[in-house]
Amino acid sequence: MAGIGGAETTGRKVRWSLLNAVVVVYALFPVLWIVSLSFKSKATLADGNFIPREWTLENYRAIFSTTEFVRALVNSIGIALIATAVAVVFGTMAAYAIARLDFPGKRVLVGVSLLIAMFPQISLVSPLFEIERSLGLFDTWPGLILPYITFALPLAIYTLSAFFREIPWELEKAAKMDGATPGQAFRRVIAPLAAPGVFTTAILVFIFCWNDFLFAISLTSTEASRTVPVALSFFTGSSQFEDPTGSVAAAAVVITIPIILFVLFFQRRIVAGLTSGAVKG
Amino acid sequence: MSQATTPRAETAPRTPLDAKAKAALSEGKKAERRLGLLLCLPAILVMAGVAGWPIVYSVWLSLQRYDLKFPDRTEFVGLDNYVTVLSSPYWWNAMWITVVITVVSVVIELVLGMALALIMHRALVGRGLVRTSSLIPYGIVTVVAAFSWRYAWTPGTGYLAELAGGGPVLTEKIPSIMVVILAEVWKTTPFMALLLMAGLALVPDDLLKAAAMDGANAWQRFTKVMVPVMKPAILVALLFRTLDAFRIFDNLFVLTGGSQGTASVSMITYNNLIKGLNLGVGSTMSVLIFIAVAIIAFIFIKLFGTAAPGSDNGGRR
Repeated sequence: MAGIGGAETTGRKVRWSLLNAVVVVYALFPVLWIVSLSFKSKATLADGNFIPREWTLENYRAIFSTTEFVRALVNSIGIALIATAVAVVFGTMAAYAIARLDFPGKRVLVGVSLLIAMFPQISLVSPLFEIERSLGLFDTWPGLILPYITFALPLAIYTLSAFFREIPWELEKAAKMDGATPGQAFRRVIAPLAAPGVFTTAILVFIFCWNDFLFAISLTSTEASRTVPVALSFFTGSSQFEDPTGSVAAAAVVITIPIILFVLFFQRRIVAGLTSGAVKG
Repeated sequence: MSQATTPRAETAPRTPLDAKAKAALSEGKKAERRLGLLLCLPAILVMAGVAGWPIVYSVWLSLQRYDLKFPDRTEFVGLDNYVTVLSSPYWWNAMWITVVITVVSVVIELVLGMALALIMHRALVGRGLVRTSSLIPYGIVTVVAAFSWRYAWTPGTGYLAELAGGGPVLTEKIPSIMVVILAEVWKTTPFMALLLMAGLALVPDDLLKAAAMDGANAWQRFTKVMVPVMKPAILVALLFRTLDAFRIFDNLFVLTGGSQGTASVSMITYNNLIKGLNLGVGSTMSVLIFIAVAIIAFIFIKLFGTAAPGSDNGGRR
């Protein structure tokens, strides 16, 4: 900002690097710890060392040989993907309408979805538990997918309508001039332009569904639909594992991998999505 | 911030056009309305069916004596459940714990988040690295992080347990609340920082330079220039985080399981509902939490004034 001398810049760079190091250590420490635990052998698991003294893949082999974990992983992936796909499709349609079209009740819709975004999830758990039991949805995939979609929709609608505002809409007009109906303009012109925003939203929604614990633990009761975060919490004290620590750590690392990949490859998009949807949007 | 102005600026130029077109294109206008409603329909149906109806239903459930262990004894009891819950010391203890966790963690997050936002905003080197690594706490599954903290504080297993003198930290009330707050702060500070960073981006550089010229030091520039400009962003971030912290469940479930009187309101509702199978009392607690959240939101929206998201000039469209 101020005058830039050679020595001063070096000093500043050193200071910034130190600050950066603090942030990186802060962010990664707990993650590295659980990774380290997952590679510890049974003998060294309780030695309290931050870095394993003996490295082993035994914990991973153990969890992948149990249906308890493998089934939960399949559930987690399937439920999160389906919920994300549906929420993003519905969200895209609604966000397009909100951003571009004039229709009655638009304000109400925005207000209501904001309300849902801020909703305490536990308030929905009691009635949903009873409703899903009577409809036979309890402990099924749709039983989790539905609440996920509901809570992901506001997020999707805000993020997407923020992205949609940035699109050059003259192109839509041009398409309409050339005789396209509003529907065609949406499908042929706007949808491809909106793809990056849709993709970003999909990542955020997926992270939300992947993360959920409260619905998953309340609305499931067996392996049929239990997701990994819930299965993890049941590893503890289970007699199936002699020492659950290693298994929990390994399973925890497995479900952290997609998050790390998203963050590594789409860092810029996630930041843009979170800030546009939450503040400017 | 641009919240209030952007949507207006965006709609204003369209209005005269629309008006002109209205006479000629009233058929097109109707088609536009139909399409708009049609496109929103699936979202509306899902939200009404999975959020709207259950909320109404939970109010109804809260007025019944309804215990799944004794389904025959179900009957309408009016406000009895509310009397039971509101006169229970467990409920008030849980409320108190929730409020303490919420207030302490949000305050710490605001301070750390602001620092992190300034670092991310101004970093001379390695900006990408900082952003990438700070997104990890945001993205990581809460239960995973909670297990990491739990094992870190487990005597013998963990590297942090030594610091606490090797005692079992998570079996005492106050220390375990502190660990829960630590876990919350670690996980959500980056999110707070991102929201604040969006606000920082709106602070004009000229303004800061002018303030510096007038002899304002760094702290004065921060409090007198940045904070006022960022106020709406700060309030949005605080609102989001407060409501989110108030529903704390995952961290507590893994770290303490709600033992030693550390249960939050979400936790004791879960215990009554899923473990105790008492739908009546569980629903009553759900409704009370909903009311508490509505009060918090109301207070914030009073503070926001017109900059509130979802207020009439709809900052979010």
